[in-house]
Amino acid sequence: MEPGEIHALLGENGAGKSTLMNVLYGLLQPDEGEILVDDEPVQIRSPRDAINAGIGMVHQHFMLVPVFTVAENVMLGAEKVRGGIAGFLDHRRARREVEEVSTRYGLRVDPDAVVEDLPVGIQQRVEIVKALTREVDLLILDEPTAVLTPQETDELLAVMRSLKESGKSIVFITHKLGEVKAIADRITVIRRGRTVGTATPDASRDELAALMVGRSVSLTVTKLAKEPGPPMLQVEGLVVDDERGHQAVAGVDLEVRAGEVLGIAGVQGNGQTELVEAIMGLRPVLAGTVTLDGQRIEGWSAKKVLRAGVGYVPEDRSVDGLVKEFTVAENLVLDIYDRPPFGSRGVLKPDAIAASAKERIAQFDVRTSSHESAVSTLSGGNQQKVIVAREMSRPLKLFIAAQPTRGVDVGSIEFIHSRIVHERDVDTAVLLVSSELDEVIGLADRIAVMYRGRILAVVPPDTPREEIGLLMAGVVQEEG
Amino acid sequence: MTGVSTITADELVVAPVETGFWTRSRKVGLGLAAAGVLAAIAFGALATSQTARFTLSEDAQGAALAIDGTVGAILFGLIAAAAGAAMFTDRWFPWLLGVGIVAFVLSFLCWQISDAPAGQNFMPLVNIVRGTFLLAVPLIFGALAGVLCERSGVVNVAIEGQLLMGAFCGALVGTMAASAWVGLIAAALGGAFISLLLAIFTIRYLVDQVVMGIVLNLLALGLTGFLYERLMQTNQAKYNQPPHFGNWEIPLLKDIPVLGPALFRSNLFLYLALILVVVIHIALFRTRWGLRTRSVGEHPTAADTLGVRVLGLRYRNVLLAGVVAGIGGASYTLLLYSFTKNMIGGKGFIALAALIFGRWSPTGALLAALFFGFADQLGVYLGAINSIIPSQFLAMLPYLATILAVAGLVGRVRAPAADGKPYIKG
Repeated sequence: MEPGEIHALLGENGAGKSTLMNVLYGLLQPDEGEILVDDEPVQIRSPRDAINAGIGMVHQHFMLVPVFTVAENVMLGAEKVRGGIAGFLDHRRARREVEEVSTRYGLRVDPDAVVEDLPVGIQQRVEIVKALTREVDLLILDEPTAVLTPQETDELLAVMRSLKESGKSIVFITHKLGEVKAIADRITVIRRGRTVGTATPDASRDELAALMVGRSVSLTVTKLAKEPGPPMLQVEGLVVDDERGHQAVAGVDLEVRAGEVLGIAGVQGNGQTELVEAIMGLRPVLAGTVTLDGQRIEGWSAKKVLRAGVGYVPEDRSVDGLVKEFTVAENLVLDIYDRPPFGSRGVLKPDAIAASAKERIAQFDVRTSSHESAVSTLSGGNQQKVIVAREMSRPLKLFIAAQPTRGVDVGSIEFIHSRIVHERDVDTAVLLVSSELDEVIGLADRIAVMYRGRILAVVPPDTPREEIGLLMAGVVQEEG
Repeated sequence: MTGVSTITADELVVAPVETGFWTRSRKVGLGLAAAGVLAAIAFGALATSQTARFTLSEDAQGAALAIDGTVGAILFGLIAAAAGAAMFTDRWFPWLLGVGIVAFVLSFLCWQISDAPAGQNFMPLVNIVRGTFLLAVPLIFGALAGVLCERSGVVNVAIEGQLLMGAFCGALVGTMAASAWVGLIAAALGGAFISLLLAIFTIRYLVDQVVMGIVLNLLALGLTGFLYERLMQTNQAKYNQPPHFGNWEIPLLKDIPVLGPALFRSNLFLYLALILVVVIHIALFRTRWGLRTRSVGEHPTAADTLGVRVLGLRYRNVLLAGVVAGIGGASYTLLLYSFTKNMIGGKGFIALAALIFGRWSPTGALLAALFFGFADQLGVYLGAINSIIPSQFLAMLPYLATILAVAGLVGRVRAPAADGKPYIKG
């Protein structure tokens, strides 16, 4: 790393980018090898050492205390105090410091705002301010754009440029090629824990992608035009609360027709999770109706909804999608273990379960040593394929996929995308929720943009990215 | 060509939800109104026309609020019912609830006092306030121990054991050294010993915090019980006749009417409890230590990335909690009694309830502890005036109050986010 350089670290999910940076930041200890700062080898045993060595990090999952104010979060660990040994907090100085740093680098934040009330884009600014007040020379940004709208991403890139001008070095971790090309001075590509190449930003997207995955990949989804059928899922005036009792879905209307993919775009945390869970019967519906193929299903149990012909890929596979300690075969029949041929009168039929598992492992290209391996030993992509295989093995009217490719390698993404398109082609209604705008644009026949619990607009997939981006930020364009 | 204007969607739109007529406030209101009407009828019928006097002193003399028993029972019952009815407006919920509960209790008292044997138809407020605070003292110490632990992310179910160990060590060492002060220090160390076990097993070896707490309570009970039988019972004079702290009067404050005689002619433990509430409150919300403690209880990974030593801080807070609870335990043996087996008798669990009822804040814990202390004192008082309610039921009062308070009235409270979760690096 040179001073004043933006160095992009490019690699697939699970390639080892975050692990490498966590070692650099002292959260993990290296087994071998050494780290050099200003040509001197240093030992970084804890984040405190890293901070002292001038290294700051903005983590993918923000390291902010939600119930604290911005100023409290910024000063934590390096508190401004007075009153000697008692250590009374000096809020005035802390506030002033936040204001100083935020004006110097154009990162507008209110020091007295409580972090949990702030949108994610602003929370990220708080993270950057936090690092900057510690006077770091090297800033690590771990997948910073994953939670941002396209406009917020542009703002972040501008901030990165201004930081670079003031002599800070930045490590920018990402798997998004466009951003790398836009901002990086130098690119290092990592695959399976090894550096597989370096490149300059003028390398083409295809070259970078091939380097990242190890083979050439098709970045676009092929999809034939198709006339959608009758409405399969209708949601009207849906209102749902989140865990804390705040309204997360504030009156949503939408319709998905047989043989179409309705994509829901939006920054994470705008009610998508609650919307899907309410449809699935996992969360109480406070108002409104959900109709599946002419039948009202709100208030049904999840089991009943599944049996009515709904397939569901939950957004957090390790918590809601799989029982990680169970085998692949067991996970493949979690939905129908109690029905023939897999079980009857309360007794499981292991032979039938094993036979069907082998068949589906082949059909869905699940890379596992055996159908009896614990599902936790599989890679993220293959775990996801197990879920997709299970959910697509029932006759479906509606397929709901929430963040189906999060934390999944490129090969598996291609496969899952092709299966989703296949479901659409056999006249299943598909509801796709994703915070990756590219994925929504690539797969959807219509795109609904969700913001703060409401659908702001439904647009065709050839709508310019900028327009969708503005909608994701809550800006509605009106003709008049 | 039409111009395109942009508008920004409102930041927060909340869709109207038909919650139905029966909101929480209205449900509670209905219950309160029904209870109030019932009180007016039942207590009114049972009360005699003797005058019920609430005196501002320690006996029947002096200034008093006096009311005819029957009239009072009916009047206060109706006030409670009115407060319940007012809840149907869906407003002022906490205030109306407070008024309603106080009025209901007053209605009940009018019956009890007027029904008491002749010459005892009065309730001395000074005694009630004093008793409330004294009975609340161990609860305050216990709940503060809970605050210290749980704000840093370690659940403290072992309060009972810490109190018991404090009481035992205070009695044993205090007797042997013939010094109440030495006993107090030993009590603090005894509480800290239970805390040390809690810390080592939950923080280092990641044993489930609740299970560990329960085990430690049983350990403390068994250990002190054994030593009590083998040591103290065989030689009372040598091991179990602890010296006691006397009452200290505080100049000026002791002359405040009602509160002066009730609170400021009292003992070390009450003063210490009140001071600790203030000190811990300020420390928790105004100092570096407090900020770090709260960050570790809410989001330990974030604290770690900023160089806060998560595990070290948790060790320290858990030990501190043991010291506080140990001192609270000493209030049993270095004030009035000598040690007896299982002498805490569940107060540690009430302290845990006070912690939750008080929403994990020191001042909240104080108020909750006083509430439970009052319920306890009420039972004592009613026993003293030969109430027709069986004494066993009176003894249940604080526990009933606990259930009602924690289950019904608190609603949903937010514990520190990382409370009960061990922190594992990486």
